[in-house]
Amino acid sequence: MITLSHYLALGAILFSLSVVGIFLNRKNVIILLMCIELMLLSVNINFVAFSHFLGDGAGQIFVFFILTVAAAEAAIGLAILVVLFRNRSTINVTDLDALKG
Amino acid sequence: MDNLQIATPEIFLLAATCAVLVVGLFVNAKSNTVYWLSQLSLLVALLMSFTQSGGGDAVTGMSGAYTLDSFSSTLKTWLLVVSIGVLLYSRDYVGDRKIQRSEYFVLCLFATSGMMIMVSATHMLTMYLGLELLALSQYALVALHRDNSRAAEAAMKYFVLGALASGMLLYGMSMIYGATGSLDLNVIGQILAGTASDSPSAERTVGARFGLTFVIVGLAFKLGAVPFHMWVPDVYEGAPTSVTMFISTAPKIAAFAMLIRLLVGGLETLNADWQQMLAIMSALSVVVGNLIAIAQTNIKRMLAYSTISHVGFLLMGVVGVTNEGYSASMFYAITYAFTTLAAFGVLLAASREGHDVEVLDDLAGLGKRNAFLASIMMLSMISLAGVPPAVGFYAKLSVLQAAVGAGFAWLAILGVIMSVVGAFYYLRVIKMMFFDEPTDSVEIKVAGDVTAGLAVNGLAVIGFGLAPGLIMSASIAAFS
Repeated sequence: MITLSHYLALGAILFSLSVVGIFLNRKNVIILLMCIELMLLSVNINFVAFSHFLGDGAGQIFVFFILTVAAAEAAIGLAILVVLFRNRSTINVTDLDALKG
Repeated sequence: MDNLQIATPEIFLLAATCAVLVVGLFVNAKSNTVYWLSQLSLLVALLMSFTQSGGGDAVTGMSGAYTLDSFSSTLKTWLLVVSIGVLLYSRDYVGDRKIQRSEYFVLCLFATSGMMIMVSATHMLTMYLGLELLALSQYALVALHRDNSRAAEAAMKYFVLGALASGMLLYGMSMIYGATGSLDLNVIGQILAGTASDSPSAERTVGARFGLTFVIVGLAFKLGAVPFHMWVPDVYEGAPTSVTMFISTAPKIAAFAMLIRLLVGGLETLNADWQQMLAIMSALSVVVGNLIAIAQTNIKRMLAYSTISHVGFLLMGVVGVTNEGYSASMFYAITYAFTTLAAFGVLLAASREGHDVEVLDDLAGLGKRNAFLASIMMLSMISLAGVPPAVGFYAKLSVLQAAVGAGFAWLAILGVIMSVVGAFYYLRVIKMMFFDEPTDSVEIKVAGDVTAGLAVNGLAVIGFGLAPGLIMSASIAAFS
């Protein structure tokens, strides 16, 4: 029997993977975008699981909005990536060092 | 329709923005039509939200997703005033550089609508949508100067960290939803306080606490509080100055509103948990912000660290969990926004095509080149440093009073010590402007309406310092 905690564990694992991916990744900006996408999807798993087990539809509505916003976010992220590549001719994370941060 | 009229300013502004977007396709890229239409839309929205503020009692609509109360109408009025100032000061800057003007103004308008939605949202879904409308517009604004490689890098960093913050916030929201079974912040507040029909079980509060931690991380990223401040200096430095001005003013008011709606409106019963986290972040922000700002030679970077320290002061009012503290923080957020607006307005006015005022040395001798700009900058700096009679003094005094009153005397003492440290780098700017020799002899030309705007802004910095009651009474009314 699959219970709520199984879904929550899956969501938590995916969420942690994406956070670790953002901080450990030193190679490619596209992988960062993939990690961000994964993070939003893991939140969706949480929302759908809670929504099902609480018998409340609002969580699933929220998921639709998150998916839409994630698409818009990916579009803007890729657009920034294109601008970055035209200026720098590289999308290596370690090369993003003109600002001291 | 469920009380749709409470959102008339937002609905109007969104419709007007779409219209401006279409008009922008057909007009000459060099004309100011789009600029004037944008200002007109903001002005009409300002009048609409100002006339709405008469009521007093909170009105909720759209099944509890949207609230109009004196908190939201006061903040919306100030958001719009600050946005009008941002557009005014950035007009000539954007025009002189190769930044697409109609896109710039339209993105500013979309961001302003997003902020207004954030301020009124009492439901996690509306809050998330408002936040994303603001954030996505900001990412695009930072990257708008296409041939500027530093701006592209800043945009990428901002995007990745901003999306990470949104993800954290959403994960926290999903946990709170799971624990309480509701997305409506008022209902969440009732369930956690035990006043709803089903009392909170221990399991529920644990789930909500777990969510709370993620929500606070997300909020701290958006506000730029230490230790989640890494993006602030890079984005401030890399973005075009007009965009830095936009990011550092109005969104701070909106982020403050989101903090209040989530922590006070929804999760106030968990205050024992969030109080400690906010106190630590507040202490770290005032220390790190003020100490690192001293070492900066780039003025935009210096103002970025100054923002971090001011966020620390802003949080100082909230940690006490008292209504006086919340109103003091609200006063702080509003006055901080228009004081920084004046500082960036001077930086933009002193820049010209091909030469941006970026490093501190560019300000040397500004008093001899243009005494008006230098005196506005001086007013803004003494206000940020917290010297009476400027408004920043009263704002700092009231948050410190609130912190002491709530038993956070150590935090208040730290705040006072650090604002003395901070006074050094603000006064250094004044010293450079009036006592150093100019390094640049080109005459500074400022348009008439920008001069008028800066004069009003400077008067506001002094005037509200002498008569703080005008904003303070609205801030107190918002929490009573």
